[in-house]
Amino acid sequence: MSEARGRFRDSAGSAASPKYHWTVIVVVPLAAILFQVYVPRFITDLAYLELPLLVTVYFSLTFRSPVAGLLYGASVGLAQDSLARPQHPLGMYGVVKTLVGFFTAFVSQRFDVRNSSIRAILAFFFYFFHEFFYWVLSRALLGELVDFDPARTLVLAALNGAVAAPLFLLLDKLKTTE
Amino acid sequence: MDFFLNRYRNLTALLVAILAQLGLLAYQIKSGEDVRLIRVWAVTAVTPLARFIEGGRGGLAHFLKNYFLLWNVQEENQRLKADLDRTEMENQYLRAQLSSADRATALAIFQKASQSRTLAARVIGNTTDPNGKAVIVDRGAADGIQKGMAVIKPEGIVGKVIGVFPHAADVLLVTDSSFAAGVVSQKNRVHGTLKGQGQSTVIVDYIQNEETVEPGEWFLTSGDDLVFPRGILVGQATVVRPGKNRKEVYLTPSGAQSGLEDVLIVLDGVHGTITEAPLPSQPVHVLAPPDNDADDRIPPSAEGTSIAPRSVATDLDRSVEHYRAVGEAQNHKYGDKNSSAPNYNMTPENPAQPPSPPPSSPPHP
Repeated sequence: MSEARGRFRDSAGSAASPKYHWTVIVVVPLAAILFQVYVPRFITDLAYLELPLLVTVYFSLTFRSPVAGLLYGASVGLAQDSLARPQHPLGMYGVVKTLVGFFTAFVSQRFDVRNSSIRAILAFFFYFFHEFFYWVLSRALLGELVDFDPARTLVLAALNGAVAAPLFLLLDKLKTTE
Repeated sequence: MDFFLNRYRNLTALLVAILAQLGLLAYQIKSGEDVRLIRVWAVTAVTPLARFIEGGRGGLAHFLKNYFLLWNVQEENQRLKADLDRTEMENQYLRAQLSSADRATALAIFQKASQSRTLAARVIGNTTDPNGKAVIVDRGAADGIQKGMAVIKPEGIVGKVIGVFPHAADVLLVTDSSFAAGVVSQKNRVHGTLKGQGQSTVIVDYIQNEETVEPGEWFLTSGDDLVFPRGILVGQATVVRPGKNRKEVYLTPSGAQSGLEDVLIVLDGVHGTITEAPLPSQPVHVLAPPDNDADDRIPPSAEGTSIAPRSVATDLDRSVEHYRAVGEAQNHKYGDKNSSAPNYNMTPENPAQPPSPPPSSPPHP
């Protein structure tokens, strides 16, 4: 398995198959998780950047297969869970990112997701969905009394959406062929 | 069934993935056990990379700091040469050197002065969950780290170890909402329980409204929690007000104020003393010297001699030493019920001599 292939279908209906070297698919989410672990120590404001989520959204959009999207989301989420504090059980991020991966890939089958604006909007929407669903799980499964501030989450979703657009363009450069 | 699976392949896969993870969650929540293997793999995979990045960052920061320091010194040197005052330049340079004593030096001084056995560790990352305040340090089970060990800094307590991996450990910070520790106020000796709130301030709970705590008063660890040795700085009371049931005391944790880079993990804690000497604003907290009363805690030996050599500091000590010497000169064994009482009117040098006054007589009214 040296290359991973995803089926693209643009607005005109033509099929396109971008390829990524398998190392890109593995290293990019790991780098995103490491960024989340390391960088906010020095720049605390960057803790609000959910790079693992953005990477999940990007590759799920690229794969355009809900099954591939959910497996990718589950893997990234579980990796993120395993680096959380021990009181945080494994599976919290896993479940949320599984849903994000699935629905992102599902959406990508119906829209032209190579448009930067649409990608940014999707990142915005899925960030909000991610945070909301994580909050629901925290309260329902763990009984944690965590606050959810919709206004603040919307602002952070907008910030993540703004970061997503250039990030996705950057990740596009890692395609080997299309 | 095949038709159903083919038609709803995506939904089936989603349901399986979600149910599997919910099962994993339910197992962990119900059993209270962690899926340790996955965490160990993940942390072990990330630790070398994080250590490498931290090393690179530290090296780069050190280089840049030195570069700019030298640059400043050169500029300063030129100015001082223009003033033709070589002595002043040397003073300036020495002052700059003193003021640039970095955190690592302070940590080393503190580590040397502390009675507890500690191990220096470097923070190499944060944990990923947004609701928790925890960090990852580069010391683990291979270095003798165990779950529950206290983590401190010269400025105050930092947190405690909650997860141990081969070469890394998770440290729950004092500001985390699940953190708790026993504390005591420095001046009024009011005991309470420190609790994190997930914010930069922490609260001291279980203090009755009748008890006295003053704003600005320092809190130290009480040692009641069996995690932190007694007498380590915790923080200063910023808000003190009577509450509905108990007093509301908010602290600014002193160990969490400056950035977390280097910490000390207490391998073998020794309880310190709580004095009323002023603590705040000293860059390096050095524990008070061990009290002489500690010698009194030496258990009696098999022969029953419980008096151990001790330093003589007060008049009472001198009197005790005198009478002990008198008893020993008459072969009296302290603690032995069969030994008859010595004649304290004799002198230790010559038991047959007439009495001499003890080296210090009690003050006359």
